[in-house]
Amino acid sequence: MAFIPHTEADVAEMLAAIGVASIEQLFDEIPASLRVRSLDGIPAAMNEMQIGKLMSARAQTDGRPLCFIGAGAYEHHIPAAVWAVATRGEFYSAYTPYQAEASQGTLQVIYEYQTMMASLTGMEVANASLYDGASALAEACLMAVRANRKSKAQRVLVPRSVHPHYRKVASAAAGNQAVRFEELPYGAADGRTPAAALARFDAQDVTALVIQQPNFFGVLEDVDALTRWARERDIFVIAVVNPTSLALLKPPGEWGPGGADIVVGEGQPLGVPLCSGGPYFGFMTTRLAHVRQMPGRIVGRTVDVSGRDGFTLTLQAREQHIRRARATSNICTNQGLLVTAATIYMSLMGPQGLARVAAASHARTAELVAALTRVPGVRRVFASPCFHESVVALDRPVASVLQRLADRGILAGFDLAEHYPELGHALLVCATETKTGAEIERYATALGDVMKAARAA
Amino acid sequence: MSALREKVIFEYSRPGRGSRDQWPEEVAHPAKLPENLKRHSPPLLPEVGELEVVRHFTRLSQMNFSIDTHFYPLGSCTMKYNPKACNQYAMLPEFLGRHPLGPESHGQGFLACMFELQEMLKEVTGMQGVSLSPMAGAHGEFAGVAMIRAYHRARADLARTEIIVPEAAHGTNPATAMMCGCTVREIRVGPQGDIDIAALEAAVGPHTAGIMLTNPSTLGIFERGIEQVARIVHAAGGLLYYDGANLNAILGKVRPGDMDFDAIHMNLHKTFSTPHGGGGPGAGAVGVSARLLPFLPIPIVGRDAERYRWLAEADLPQSIGRLSAFMGNAGVLLRAYIYMRMLGRTGMSAVGDYATLNANYLLTRLQQAGFEAAYPQRRASHEFIITLKREARELDVNAMDFAKRLLDHGFHAPTTYFPLIVPECLLIEPTETESREVLDAFADAMIRIEREAREEPEYLKGAPHSLPVRRLDDVRAAKQLDLTWKPKEAV
Repeated sequence: MAFIPHTEADVAEMLAAIGVASIEQLFDEIPASLRVRSLDGIPAAMNEMQIGKLMSARAQTDGRPLCFIGAGAYEHHIPAAVWAVATRGEFYSAYTPYQAEASQGTLQVIYEYQTMMASLTGMEVANASLYDGASALAEACLMAVRANRKSKAQRVLVPRSVHPHYRKVASAAAGNQAVRFEELPYGAADGRTPAAALARFDAQDVTALVIQQPNFFGVLEDVDALTRWARERDIFVIAVVNPTSLALLKPPGEWGPGGADIVVGEGQPLGVPLCSGGPYFGFMTTRLAHVRQMPGRIVGRTVDVSGRDGFTLTLQAREQHIRRARATSNICTNQGLLVTAATIYMSLMGPQGLARVAAASHARTAELVAALTRVPGVRRVFASPCFHESVVALDRPVASVLQRLADRGILAGFDLAEHYPELGHALLVCATETKTGAEIERYATALGDVMKAARAA
Repeated sequence: MSALREKVIFEYSRPGRGSRDQWPEEVAHPAKLPENLKRHSPPLLPEVGELEVVRHFTRLSQMNFSIDTHFYPLGSCTMKYNPKACNQYAMLPEFLGRHPLGPESHGQGFLACMFELQEMLKEVTGMQGVSLSPMAGAHGEFAGVAMIRAYHRARADLARTEIIVPEAAHGTNPATAMMCGCTVREIRVGPQGDIDIAALEAAVGPHTAGIMLTNPSTLGIFERGIEQVARIVHAAGGLLYYDGANLNAILGKVRPGDMDFDAIHMNLHKTFSTPHGGGGPGAGAVGVSARLLPFLPIPIVGRDAERYRWLAEADLPQSIGRLSAFMGNAGVLLRAYIYMRMLGRTGMSAVGDYATLNANYLLTRLQQAGFEAAYPQRRASHEFIITLKREARELDVNAMDFAKRLLDHGFHAPTTYFPLIVPECLLIEPTETESREVLDAFADAMIRIEREAREEPEYLKGAPHSLPVRRLDDVRAAKQLDLTWKPKEAV
């Protein structure tokens, strides 16, 4: 029971060795008034077969609908080797690699991961990952406040076209440290952050500008112009990017003149399943000059006492277990297992494979938008280039249409009504390389049926 | 572990090679993207075949210690066995494929698990409400202190910005307080390891936001004055935060809610046996007393009649907000749920029983062999501290030497040099899933190392000898930064 191997004889001998009569006696320093009287709310134990049946039944309840939702989490094909290797016990059940000599495997994986992420984003250094994309943005804002010594304002500009959950997480995390966030509007016609929106900050003290590429609407921002405006004013540029897109899109290190200062994003598209939102991993890369202000673990290559190459956690003087109240962050975990999966994924994909995934996702989304906008009452909202997501508008409220399509096994997109009521009946849709032409047709046909029935009703 | 070496993956790369069977088909028409937004040089990713990838990462895995391969008595980290069933059933395809923004109609199975997990965690901790969204222990700490701040703010009690922590606290406690915009005041611990009540009474006042405590403490002993501590802090208007790092010690025995804590986090990757994954993912669910219920982070799973649904801003307008893009480390939460259902009511208190039995047994064995306990008059909880200050003084060997030599004996090192207030310490936590034979073998290895310290100290100081690398040059690592691999021509 409870994965405890002791026999009765073991227990008797161990108690005798300790010199107590019962296990109960080992708790004699705990005041009796505090002892648990019952745990009636906890159900009785289940064995492995019973829990297996329960979980299978629960899983079947949820089913496997055809999914066209993106909005920050993307369904991509995950090669079989990724999780077959990542769930090996030596990765899965290892601790944080503080004992470097006994953790060279995990440490080398992270070093390879840092190399891949730095190159993918066009930056010089990467950390070993943060919790997820949203919390990585929050950490980037705090890092910018520390690293941008030319600014006193603790003020960060965030376009409304940045993922709404990311904006909420950033303000929940950084709000207690008096960081102020100011919203920038998006263009009603093109869905991009207009240069004119920046003009009112021209002569003001601003710490950082956040640029999401592609933005929450899937639209490609004019990153060069935004970066130029910021860099001319010593404002840090924090890039939020989709890692798959970077196989095709200009990396933030090359944006505008001079590039971004800090790059973050959600690593989930790199071999991590959707899994109801986690575990994912946030990545963060930056310039070498800012590495000492970066939060989270970092792995470096060094030598051992006999001169042999090896890997170790480094720059730990930034971290909570050394610096305590003066640490760059309270974070003491990275998403090690997800980083392992992502490193295996990127190795299998290589530059060509990742470019194919990106190109196929881009092409499928273009097909999807074409198919959906052929349905009467559906139109495209923003006339700008997209990566693998796009906003379409319906001629009636989205929620009931989505529910009817879900009843047919199709998750038709993300309803924008709550976060962007000004867009009317708008829906964010996504297709990756996993969607076939037939599946796209199935969605468009079902949408046509549902819209027609709604109109007739 | 054989002394393996493995090239970095980029050194296997050959132009034109690749794991093509894993790639999607090439699209007929290249992407129509504006020229100024395109990438012009490919990223540095390796071009390697699937077999090379599998061999490379399998070999790397073999250079790790892990619970599946080694005893891991790492104090404060609760490295217990991670049951295979938890992984297998959390990775059912329907769970893996479920989109976080999918409709509740296609998530009732998943949401039922999350709702029941919240309920079980409430029961086993004695708290009034639980949110599952924090993604690690430190993230849960952040949520807890943010809730404490929100509570004082909601009462317009704005001067309360100081957090008290005992000097032996985890580093995350003061770091968290700072992230929440608080100042930190450290207080002393008395000679028997309990909080110095006089120091606490002197520290509290109208500026006190709260106190952060681990119980059993980081010294591996139960804080006997906890009821008095709670009365003093509450009487001064502050709240109590429980760092759940050591919950395994008291699971099914004592509940933080009954000790009058207001906010707690639980490390599901410790007490509830989800994997550490080489440094994450964790999960740091938080629980609260009634006074903090309105401030819980969102989302939470609620139930109306027989339907489960997400509770968000509209349901909890005073919430401290969102801490993750979606709902935290959902897959980790599923593993914890499966584990708790397998344990059930009786398994839950067996964990506390046997974790404590194993710790006290191993402590006894080591004391009988002449090792010095840091708190010999006290019962060990689920972990205990050995201090090697005598060995350091008489034999000029230190805790680090013992830790590194244990690796050669096939045991992961205990936590060393934490807590900071005990010199040359080893913090040892065996957990309940280890057998008596393993504990005996560990004690025997410690005895052999002690003998080696007398007979062959130089060899001991050079440990480890049997691992892929020997002691690494950390100073060089920090001074001559090498954080990414570079192709030869670029070096």
